[in-house]
Amino acid sequence: MFDTPLQRLTPNGDLLGESPLPLEEIRRLYQAMLSARVYDRKCSVMQRQGRLATYAQFEGQEASQIGAVAALRKQDWVVGTYRDAGAMWFHGYPWVNLILGRTGDERGGRAPDGVNVTPPSITVGGHMIHAVGTAWASRIKGDDSVSLTLFGDGATSEGDFHEAMNFAGVYKTPTIFMCQNNGWAISMPRDRQTASKTIAHKSIAYGVAGALVDGNDLLAVYEVCKQAVDRARAGEGATLIEALTYRMGPHTTTDDPSRYRTNEGVEEWAQKDPIERVRRYLESEGAWDPAWQAEVESEESDRVETAVSEAEALTPWTADEIFEGMFAEIPPHLAYQQSLLRRRP
Amino acid sequence: MTRTLNVKDAINEALRQEMAADNRVILMGEDIAGGAGRDADYPPAADAWGGPFGVTQGLLPLFGRERVIDTAIAETGFVGAAIGAAIAGLRPVVEIMYVDFIGTSFDQLLNHAAKLRYVYGGKVSVPIVVRTVAGAGFRAAAEHSQTLYSLYTHVPGLKVVAPATAADAKGLLISAIRDPDPVIFIEHKRLYMEDDEVPEEPYAIPFGVARIVRSGRDVTIVGVQKMVHTAVEAATLLSRDGIEAEVIDPRTYSPLDSETILQSVEKTGRLVVVDESHPRCSLATDIAALAADAAFHSLRGPIKMVTGAHAPVPFSPPLEDAYIPDAARIVAAVRDQLDKKAR
Repeated sequence: MFDTPLQRLTPNGDLLGESPLPLEEIRRLYQAMLSARVYDRKCSVMQRQGRLATYAQFEGQEASQIGAVAALRKQDWVVGTYRDAGAMWFHGYPWVNLILGRTGDERGGRAPDGVNVTPPSITVGGHMIHAVGTAWASRIKGDDSVSLTLFGDGATSEGDFHEAMNFAGVYKTPTIFMCQNNGWAISMPRDRQTASKTIAHKSIAYGVAGALVDGNDLLAVYEVCKQAVDRARAGEGATLIEALTYRMGPHTTTDDPSRYRTNEGVEEWAQKDPIERVRRYLESEGAWDPAWQAEVESEESDRVETAVSEAEALTPWTADEIFEGMFAEIPPHLAYQQSLLRRRP
Repeated sequence: MTRTLNVKDAINEALRQEMAADNRVILMGEDIAGGAGRDADYPPAADAWGGPFGVTQGLLPLFGRERVIDTAIAETGFVGAAIGAAIAGLRPVVEIMYVDFIGTSFDQLLNHAAKLRYVYGGKVSVPIVVRTVAGAGFRAAAEHSQTLYSLYTHVPGLKVVAPATAADAKGLLISAIRDPDPVIFIEHKRLYMEDDEVPEEPYAIPFGVARIVRSGRDVTIVGVQKMVHTAVEAATLLSRDGIEAEVIDPRTYSPLDSETILQSVEKTGRLVVVDESHPRCSLATDIAALAADAAFHSLRGPIKMVTGAHAPVPFSPPLEDAYIPDAARIVAAVRDQLDKKAR
């Protein structure tokens, strides 16, 4: 079990078996992956320019994120982390909100109405159980929405992972656990996180379905996620998916990976790039040409630039708003502290 | 229409009335159904004992296993799941069997429940209630006897409630369930059997409004939860010698009704705070600091704190009895203040 990850597209873009998606849909997801990469690189640059706080890149993980969310419906939940901007955006959380979040402006946390995406979890592992809760609520309310939670290989070492998986197993909640095993938790490699042969193996102990998938393969990720989503929606419970991918960049902009890993891994995984392999496939199907590439690149670049302008045009919050969003109503003791801040010379 | 109910039954009634009125209210916790929570067929739901103190007894037959959920032993699990369910529109009331088990759930309360509205820019509510059981005096030893009010009060974004009477327990719990933000509702295990006159109909007591339990002109005694009753005992003893103490029960620690406490201190000029918790960084030090900061010029003597020891709650009965503040220690603290004035 879990000996070979499921693959639908080889790194050369050759299709193995049948495609789970029509070409037009693959073109749409390809464009979404491009947008995610434009955003990711833009944020790294902006952080270097001092325009954003610490930023966690997800380059290389676009297929894991876009492919997973592509299997969802609008009413489903996405509960992710600071490295899951691609997934959050593709489920409706605007780039401008994500950028605001990285400038330290909590207004970024205000997802548009009807967008069931939680803000990125900053504590490692604490959010997975929330996706058990949102899924549980769906069942109690009698709607058929499911919940997708994304996390990394490092998060599976937290006790929180155990409690979330255990609850999802015992109560058969419609939750999809999407582990993007990118090989690294800051400087700690995957083999220092767990002695399990794969992370997917852990599904057996919790009595839930499990899957091992090539995380850089958009079609394979979509396929296993769609199966998991269908099972969850049919009341058959949770799935743990391990998507094998690679953290091409540092942990965050505060990190220098050259101090703990050689460039070999990066070079090896660059050959398995999730975007390039879909491009090759589309080209072989006659569904890609350089003109279209230039067109969508410019579209996505504009989309991200517009979001940056919108975020930077917003008037910054003042000290007066320090208690904003703590409670539904500001209680008297905080109103008093607010008055002290106003009196500050 | 009121009748006599104890704290345990008043809490049960509040849960029952709010669950009947609002089907978004669900209960989760370890053994909260008790015995019958595990299986639809056996044992019969009517036999469910409702947790170690029987507080939730009778709710399973009324509302079913979908809404009265016996969970696996995992505080992170059910507190976290409740947070997720609250974000998705439910109003979960979870029970942490003993406040001492806070350690295994604290990340969910500290970094999630308390901060999610904030990081959502105010857009999302996390309307959970965490009911938990605190207090010494039950011969329950170091890991089942703490109070820990201040750990929760210290965290911005949490509301902290600790009723001392059955009437307050019902009204404050109803407010907690209806509140759009996370509320920590601390029940004292030694107060469960205390009777009070409790109205039959549902009613909500607002947070941040202290109760003046007894009026007096000579000294203000602020009691923390069970210590309210000990303070009243002390006030009765002092009264025999013509010393009239004003006893205040803040009822909620976040928000805290500082106004009522300060007005009383301004009137009496003396303050004693009684808290069975450990003395450092406690509600006792918090309320003492409040008076020292805002009512210093009204004080006619040093503020006194009567607290438990800065030690684990002892298992040994004589040591546990020595740990818990009693009326005699409060009387001594008041006399100490008055004597200092005489000198």
